[in-house]
Amino acid sequence: MAGHDWTINTLRTSVLSGETTAADVCEDYLARIDSVDGDLNAFTAVLGESARQQAEEVDQHRDAWRDRPLLGVPVTIKDVICSKGEPTTGASRILKGFCSPYDATVVRKLRDAGAVIIGKTNCDEFAMGSSTEHSAYGVTRNPWDRTRIPGGSSGGAAAAVSARLAPASLASDTGGSIRQPAAFCGVVGLKPTYGRVSRYGLLAFASSLDQIGPMTLTVRDAATVFHTIAGADECDATTSSQPVEDVAQLGPGDAKGARIGVPRNILEGIDDDVSRSFQATLGVLTEQGATLIDIDLPHMAYAIPVYYLVAPAEASSNLARYDGVRYGHRAAIDAHSDNLETMYDRTRDEGFGPEVKRRIMLGTYALSAGYYDAYYVKAQQVRSLIKSDYDQAFNEVDAVAMPTTPGPAFRIGEHVDDPLAMYLGDIFTVSANLTGLPAISVPAGFSEDGLPIGFQLMGRPFDEATLLRLAAAYEQEAPWWKTRPGDEKR
Amino acid sequence: MPSPLTLEDVERIAALAHLELTADEKQLFARQLAQILGYAERLQEVETTNVSADWRPVSETAALRPDERRESLSNEAALDNAPAPGPGGLFRVPRVIG
Repeated sequence: MAGHDWTINTLRTSVLSGETTAADVCEDYLARIDSVDGDLNAFTAVLGESARQQAEEVDQHRDAWRDRPLLGVPVTIKDVICSKGEPTTGASRILKGFCSPYDATVVRKLRDAGAVIIGKTNCDEFAMGSSTEHSAYGVTRNPWDRTRIPGGSSGGAAAAVSARLAPASLASDTGGSIRQPAAFCGVVGLKPTYGRVSRYGLLAFASSLDQIGPMTLTVRDAATVFHTIAGADECDATTSSQPVEDVAQLGPGDAKGARIGVPRNILEGIDDDVSRSFQATLGVLTEQGATLIDIDLPHMAYAIPVYYLVAPAEASSNLARYDGVRYGHRAAIDAHSDNLETMYDRTRDEGFGPEVKRRIMLGTYALSAGYYDAYYVKAQQVRSLIKSDYDQAFNEVDAVAMPTTPGPAFRIGEHVDDPLAMYLGDIFTVSANLTGLPAISVPAGFSEDGLPIGFQLMGRPFDEATLLRLAAAYEQEAPWWKTRPGDEKR
Repeated sequence: MPSPLTLEDVERIAALAHLELTADEKQLFARQLAQILGYAERLQEVETTNVSADWRPVSETAALRPDERRESLSNEAALDNAPAPGPGGLFRVPRVIG
């Protein structure tokens, strides 16, 4: 595929015109995965056989399906999203061998749009983590520097797009799991508004925070995938009936007249490279006609403690379903001396990794008698104050700008024994989940060490279109996505 | 609020969470949970009198669908992933009483 720019748009066009076939595209990507992924470990499963079948089907129906937005486009699915008849493990030992009997709504919509599902991607176990180090399949490596983490929890999805192993990945974002790895791997990541995309078929982590969204090379591609998966779903009662704007017809990006809020003192204590990139990006948007407005988010400093009480509390409840009865791992027990309780307890101890256990413990504690008011209720109250801060800000601005992360990708092993240090890195991403607001991370240059840096915009509820327009405007001026990580080991 | 966590605290939570932890895990979690909960103490600085704890990101009431019979998973498909499918289309579990 020499000379190919690897985007959805060009791939689809060349399949449509007959310049190439979906089958050839599929083979090219599978060959590339075969040669590169041994080292990266972005995939938990490569679905060669079924991908070839889907690609053939696309080629057979090419003319009849010409309006399908992802015709012949290979897409990967994070391994917390169910795809029928293929493994879905949540990167956990407790779901080893599980094959979903149904497609998640988002997967069905991708298939209906002509996409070819080529694999399931690696992540932190049950999407709990910021580094993909907490996976039963081992860490995914950052394509830009193999000694570093790709971010998390959707590290495999980000690495796959960055290394051109797929033009698009679907992932989930509960506290930054799409945006932070997108920033660390130099790709675009969109977390839609809560309720915008169906979670039917997503392994639930924290149900008031979880959302599914795309990771792609360009903003336009993110808009295409987003438009494909968005909309109400009767299988997910939390989806909204708000109409979905046709962002696929986005047109060129536009920042003219946009009012962008910049939280006061946002750059305190963050990495110099990130600070430089953030200011340069704001500079580009200003040149394009945006106005910067100072805003106050007085409760932002509390977002991390709120998140790390609310998310584990919900997780401790959601993960109660993994008990060895209906699916997944079951511990061996003595049929004479052991009972059902022992089977539950031992199954969960053997099946869950350390980060998942830590969060279940933390969440159980925060919900337990005597501590519920001091931890969970207090966190929920502060959460509503954080939401009020944003409501107030959006009276004056169309979008809020922040770096995606305080620094670039850290080294494998750097924070793995210090969970609190790992959690603190999520300072800029968790607010979008706590408030339900949409947010996008776009590539915004590189550190002095050549590591990608992300720029984040948050928007009003259901106003993904403004985020995409602004991000596209910046991308036209600064097309960082065209810089590729090398295939050689670094 | 308590800190640090005792091993008894950790054992009590592990029992509630249905986790059979090893001795090493109990030590580790006692230390790490105390550290994380210690950090979360800063929430107590925030004035929250009369602030609702019920805010949720969903603004619409859930839509109802007609109460009609529909296709669902077959018994066979539902048992496909069972670690110990029993006879007669059931999940087999260890004894519950005694």
